[in-house]
Amino acid sequence: MEKTDAELIAAVLKGDTASFEPLVAKYQPRVFATARRYARRESEIEDIVQEVFFKSFQKLSSFRGEAPFEHWLMRLAVRTCYDFLRGHQRNRETAFTELSEPEEDWLERFVAEPSGADENAEAARQLINKILDQLSPAAKLVITLLEIEDRSVKEIAKLTGWSVPLVKVRAFRARAEMKKILARMAKDKYL
Amino acid sequence: MNLEQLKNKLVSAARNNPPSDKVPYAFEKRIMARLTTKAVDVWAIWSRALWRAALTCVFVVAAIGVWSAAPLPPAENDSLSEDFEDAVFASFDQHVEETW
Repeated sequence: MEKTDAELIAAVLKGDTASFEPLVAKYQPRVFATARRYARRESEIEDIVQEVFFKSFQKLSSFRGEAPFEHWLMRLAVRTCYDFLRGHQRNRETAFTELSEPEEDWLERFVAEPSGADENAEAARQLINKILDQLSPAAKLVITLLEIEDRSVKEIAKLTGWSVPLVKVRAFRARAEMKKILARMAKDKYL
Repeated sequence: MNLEQLKNKLVSAARNNPPSDKVPYAFEKRIMARLTTKAVDVWAIWSRALWRAALTCVFVVAAIGVWSAAPLPPAENDSLSEDFEDAVFASFDQHVEETW
């Protein structure tokens, strides 16, 4: 019979390091998906995931078991991703004159007929990634959690460790920052 | 260009294309190997530090033993009071010798 998370954690805390492996195997897809939201290169993503599991192993004794292990782990993952963003925030600014052909086509279509531009297009996904990469670390984190993952302010506060008012302030600033980037893109392309 | 509409469109594009949750082959094994190595390293550092401390203690104990067992060189004067007296009266003695 498969052991529960609580049983595996108890075994790890007693010194059975091997019991940590099923926990890694179970939760690594979610941690990978989270890391891929904030990093682009596969080597960076692997580094983030590794860091998350190292930290969780080291801090396992601080897990009180009041909430599911997954929630605790995801908090750790989000905070590690934020640390990663803060550590790699140089060279964020790129000119929008360097858009790829499909991205430019998608924008042209949007300008001609906003409803005609397909939301599922790969170009749209690449474009939003380019815009997100230009945001400050806090803004990228907030926009990703609030707008893309559709989480509540309370949830974001829990995940990031920020207070609810701080999340609201950062969300306001992040939206303004994003608008500024979109305006710059429009100016670069169409003025 | 309606920027708000563009923003909403791009955010929906990101929502409709969630990142992949694909895991590299045997990634958990890699994590476990690194974790085990890290754990061993911690113990190795501890044991190395303890061995060094123990060897230093043995050396200090041996040095103190040798030093305490060695015979002391014989003292030229019998006591501290005599040394003190000689030092205090040195100039006086010299003066007396000169007057004679």
